[in-house]
Amino acid sequence: MLSVKHNESVTFTEDMLGKFAEIVRRYPEGRQKSALLPLLHEVQAEFGWLSVSAMDKVAEYLHLDPIEVYEVATFYTMFFLQPKGRFNLEVCRTGPCCLVGAERIMTHLEEKLGVKEGEVTADGLFSWRGVECLAACGYGPVLQIGPEYTFYENLTAEGVDELINELRKKAEGAKLDADS
Amino acid sequence: MARKLLLTHIDIPGINTFEVYRQKGGYRAVEKALKTLTPDDVLEEVKKSGLRGRGGAGFPTGMKWSFLAKPEGIPRYLVCNGDESEPGTFKDRYLMTHIPHALIEGMIVSSYALGANTSYIYVRGEMMPQIRILEKAIAEAKHAGFLGKNILGSGFDLELFVQPGGGAYICGEETALLESLEGKRGNPRIKPPFPAVSGLYNCPTVVNNVESIAAVVPIINDGGEEYAKIGVERSTGTKLISAGGNVKNPGVYEIELGLSVEEFLYSDEYCGGIANGKRLKAVVAGGSSVPILPANLILKTLKGESRLMTYESLADGGFQSGTMLGSGGFIAFDEDQCIVRNTWNFTRFYHHESCGQCSPCREGTGWMEKVLHKIEHGHGSFSDIDLLVNVAKNIEGNTICPLGDAAAWPVASAIRHFRDEFEWHVTNGAEARQRNYGLANYADPLEPVV
Ligand SMILES: Cc1cc2nc3c(=O)[nH]c(=O)nc-3n(C[C@H](O)[C@H](O)[C@H](O)COP(=O)(O)O)c2cc1C
Ligand code: SF4
Repeated sequence: MLSVKHNESVTFTEDMLGKFAEIVRRYPEGRQKSALLPLLHEVQAEFGWLSVSAMDKVAEYLHLDPIEVYEVATFYTMFFLQPKGRFNLEVCRTGPCCLVGAERIMTHLEEKLGVKEGEVTADGLFSWRGVECLAACGYGPVLQIGPEYTFYENLTAEGVDELINELRKKAEGAKLDADS
Repeated sequence: MARKLLLTHIDIPGINTFEVYRQKGGYRAVEKALKTLTPDDVLEEVKKSGLRGRGGAGFPTGMKWSFLAKPEGIPRYLVCNGDESEPGTFKDRYLMTHIPHALIEGMIVSSYALGANTSYIYVRGEMMPQIRILEKAIAEAKHAGFLGKNILGSGFDLELFVQPGGGAYICGEETALLESLEGKRGNPRIKPPFPAVSGLYNCPTVVNNVESIAAVVPIINDGGEEYAKIGVERSTGTKLISAGGNVKNPGVYEIELGLSVEEFLYSDEYCGGIANGKRLKAVVAGGSSVPILPANLILKTLKGESRLMTYESLADGGFQSGTMLGSGGFIAFDEDQCIVRNTWNFTRFYHHESCGQCSPCREGTGWMEKVLHKIEHGHGSFSDIDLLVNVAKNIEGNTICPLGDAAAWPVASAIRHFRDEFEWHVTNGAEARQRNYGLANYADPLEPVV
């Protein structure tokens, strides 16, 4: 669902605009709407989620009505219409992964992070959710983290703990860099 | 050793780069096709090979190509389907990750055959790393003169682009994929018109699976007849099988079609049997959409013949006692797995992924999910089981795209073959709430390994 509760005005950098132009060139004249999904991925990678004003700007850039962007953004599961944790852990919850313990991994994540599916931890660092089959059934349980969609395979509870610690350290390191 | 055509060089370090791929004979098919064959010659080889679509439906690729309309002055498109989201299937990810140039090479040869000058590879958005890999491979191929204008001086031009999806199983359905590529919601189109006449941007379009396109490379290198020598009946060539679930050695295997299911499942060259010394209970042989079969029926047909990994043998017995090769997503269930729980899980998947255009699919999948949840959690009744059969029957065949059927078959087949497990959940509600598994009396006749 579209949320206007949270909104965030955004500016597209020169870099982004350069990338956008390159993407639009992939399609025939007048078919620039085809660039919509790739552009939304670019915008989300930059800002973490898709605010209404970000979508409106994409609409303007591609000469579309805003509704054309909203209807696409609400259809696809990868687009976030609300802010999420800085690290959003997405665990495959579909049959084959469940045969090898995905449900236990989700329970463990919920306990470890202390938040329910879809919620964000108080420090803003983490959120998690179950997603449908990630086409990695032979390496289950698996989880992915956007925007690069890094993949973690053959998960165990201990492995998940390590991963969370690593991500925490990474965030702290980044914070120190920013402060100094 | 079984012959390999797609994964021949998989273990060679650096095979994901243009340089090593080329050293190993890569892009020979492009040279051969563009320099010595006409587009129709290429089509002829593909027809002779007997190659059938590896995306799930198994439609003969050569025949599909020959249906492509060729009106003057209108561009034609080749779109590769790399949406790979069918539960149990992970072969295209494997191919794109490790041998991206096999797909690029196949795209060039296939585009040449079809007369397409702009082609797209649509990859599910979650495979961002694979998208980057393909983009790099395309840049390398272009740098080496295998893409762009006047390739190898043949006069043939081709630009190739990768398009990310947005996270939606339905975009694997070819017309939903085209909608998505046009920047819209992934709602399947009503057919006809078929994409061969009116596809991407209303132009004639061929949509093929990643593996189908990659298979064109060995077909052109060795000739269609050579390819057709592998396999049995109308199942020719090799096929990538994704083995998952409770097998000992999960992974992607290239098999010669015609291998017996028993050998695939138990030999060390492939799955190596069931993990943790457990016994086999059931198999979903071709991705979540195909009927589930109990151990005895997957190993042997009702007539007692050994079942083979072919389109025909897996389908032997129809829906009563057979299944389908589908996309080659082979999921094994050990004796401790609960069929009711898995059926509920799969149905939740289809409900979640229904695009919502057709009432039978949109409402029916949600209804089945609720009823299955109730049964799995020990609150069901006997009439619920019949209700499920009824709802499944009413979805089947009454929808715009095959997702409706794909949602109905797993439910219908699970009840057909494991009815007492559903009934056990009804009569033993309290126990069903406490433990996660069902009855184990479907396990194969082999002695458990201790
Ligand atoms: C719900 C649904 C999902 C599908 N998902 C895929 C997919 O992920 N990849 C694929 O190649 N084909 C998929 N298909 C089949 C395609 O519609 C189409 O038949 C196929 O891409 C054609 O390529 P092929 O002839 O090379 O198999 C799906 C079909 C349906 C109905
Ligand atoms: S069958 Fe389901 S997924 Fe397919 S078009 Fe109808 S509602 Fe959409």
